[in-house]
Amino acid sequence: MELIISVVSGVLLAASFYLLMRRNLLRFVIGVIILGNGVNLLIFTMGRLTRAEPPVIPKGQKVLEGAYANPLPQALILTAIVISFGLLAFTLVLVYRNFAANETIQSDEVRGSEPTDTLDVHEESKRLPA
Amino acid sequence: MNTLLILPIIVPAITGMLALLARNYPTVQRGLSVLGAIVMFGVGGGLVYQVQSHGILAVQMGNWPAPFGITLVVDYFSAGLVAVSGFVALAVAVYALAGIDETRERFGFHILFHLLIMGINGAFITGDLFNMYVWFEVLLISSFVLLVLGNDREQLDGAVKYVGINLVSSAAFLTAIGLLYGLTGTLNLADLSQSMAPVREAGLGPAIAMLFLIGFGIKAGLFPLYYWLPASYHTPPAPIAAIFAGLLTKVGIYSLIRIFTLLFPNPDGYTQAVLLVVAGATMLLGVFGALVQRHILRLLAFLVISAMGYVVMGLGFLTTLGLAGAIFYVFQDVPVKTTLFLIGGLMERETGTTNISKMGGLYEHRPLLATMFIVPAFSLAGFPPFPGFWGKLTLLQAGVQQEQWVLVAVALVVGLLTLLAVAQVWGRAFWRPKEGELPTMEALNARFLMNGPVGVLALALFVLGCYAEPVFSFAHKAAAHLTDTGPYVQAVLGG
Repeated sequence: MELIISVVSGVLLAASFYLLMRRNLLRFVIGVIILGNGVNLLIFTMGRLTRAEPPVIPKGQKVLEGAYANPLPQALILTAIVISFGLLAFTLVLVYRNFAANETIQSDEVRGSEPTDTLDVHEESKRLPA
Repeated sequence: MNTLLILPIIVPAITGMLALLARNYPTVQRGLSVLGAIVMFGVGGGLVYQVQSHGILAVQMGNWPAPFGITLVVDYFSAGLVAVSGFVALAVAVYALAGIDETRERFGFHILFHLLIMGINGAFITGDLFNMYVWFEVLLISSFVLLVLGNDREQLDGAVKYVGINLVSSAAFLTAIGLLYGLTGTLNLADLSQSMAPVREAGLGPAIAMLFLIGFGIKAGLFPLYYWLPASYHTPPAPIAAIFAGLLTKVGIYSLIRIFTLLFPNPDGYTQAVLLVVAGATMLLGVFGALVQRHILRLLAFLVISAMGYVVMGLGFLTTLGLAGAIFYVFQDVPVKTTLFLIGGLMERETGTTNISKMGGLYEHRPLLATMFIVPAFSLAGFPPFPGFWGKLTLLQAGVQQEQWVLVAVALVVGLLTLLAVAQVWGRAFWRPKEGELPTMEALNARFLMNGPVGVLALALFVLGCYAEPVFSFAHKAAAHLTDTGPYVQAVLGG
């Protein structure tokens, strides 16, 4: 079981890296979604998998005995899912707004903050003091 | 239970909430924002005082004993950073009264600003890895919204890069957390530092260290992961850019220093070599980028990257002296970068252009601004009466001790190149005569609100340069606690 989930997690991570390196911003966002799921599965697997043994203390006892599913990784993943969901919603709106402003989702063409115009050094050097 | 420890998180949270309630009353909101920043600064000062008189402080949330609950820890390093960030937050809050336009204010600048400070402080004082991840996300989402506030086309373009790469960095951080938890079964930093044996046995130490280096390195803007920084930091208005440049990269570097000193005190394999190479490359490429820029805030953004290289150099040496230099450098770099970006904003405003080749005449017409510019600029280049000099001197001493001659040479050359970059700004924007008139002066009130905080920051830096000894011995104690983790572990776990 752990082997299967490890492989699934690895495949998800590989797929997300492929998507993250696309030039298309929408694919990048999908890559981020898959990346988050791959990482969450990894945390889940690292907590050791125990099936059908909920961590509930039976009546009359004070501690759990025997194998039980580790609740902490699940709590961690729950937090991570909520956070990545919020960030994802923001990212989608951002890509949409950027599309509305630039009419492109090709990341190569998103250069408004980094204009490619070159320096006119000769023109400038003539005007330097001294 | 020491209530002072939770105040750095609670105070900005309450300020942010009250500011949200007062969103229809701009004057009240502005007052709350400045008041909250003043209280924050006071809390930071209180923490520094407490740490100096009582040593490392730790508090367990909900009285769950460590390592089961969430721990807040304040040692010298984090107390100093909370105090410094309170100081620059206050300065930026005052500057923003005049430096932020009404639209951005209406869309919640003050609220987001305080939530950002909350995330930063939370990351500084938490003693738990997963908690650190959560605080990172708190500060990230606030910074995302601050970055796009106003919806300029440039801002959206910069934000696409900033948001994208930061999502990847969070994933790397989370992967490292997952692997560490699986191998050790704990996420408390103090507990982890004592139970790293399974990680070493599995041979995963360097791999996990590299994942942390990628996650935090992206946030700190280290080579080769820095390209998002000069693409995004110059797009929002100056106060937002100033708080980003002053504090966000420092959170990355703080976490890097904290994790590496606690979890990987005796690095095996290639970790340390990678750190040293990264340090040199970050310094060099940051300053090369700055040399060819003409957009004032982009130029400064490249200099932010270059300064991070010095800090990583101190971390790479992993000696007490190297860490002391790194910590002192971080302490002075926060106000230096904030001041530079605020001055960059003033220069844009006074000349009506962002291109330093088209500025000019500032020395003639705005002598006060020129004087204030000298302090952070020369501190950046490492000139003797200014605090940057003492940080660089200590780092070079540590480098000579370790016989890392290449890195020492790189650091010296980068110091000179930084001076060249700053002198270019000086020559073009300040000394050269202006063709035509400067735009007319604004209302006296606005000028005072914007120049006042910058003046105070510059003065504080000058004083810090002249009387560096107390701060330096503070940094040295912080470094001693980082190389000898015994007191930290004892404060958290007790016994």
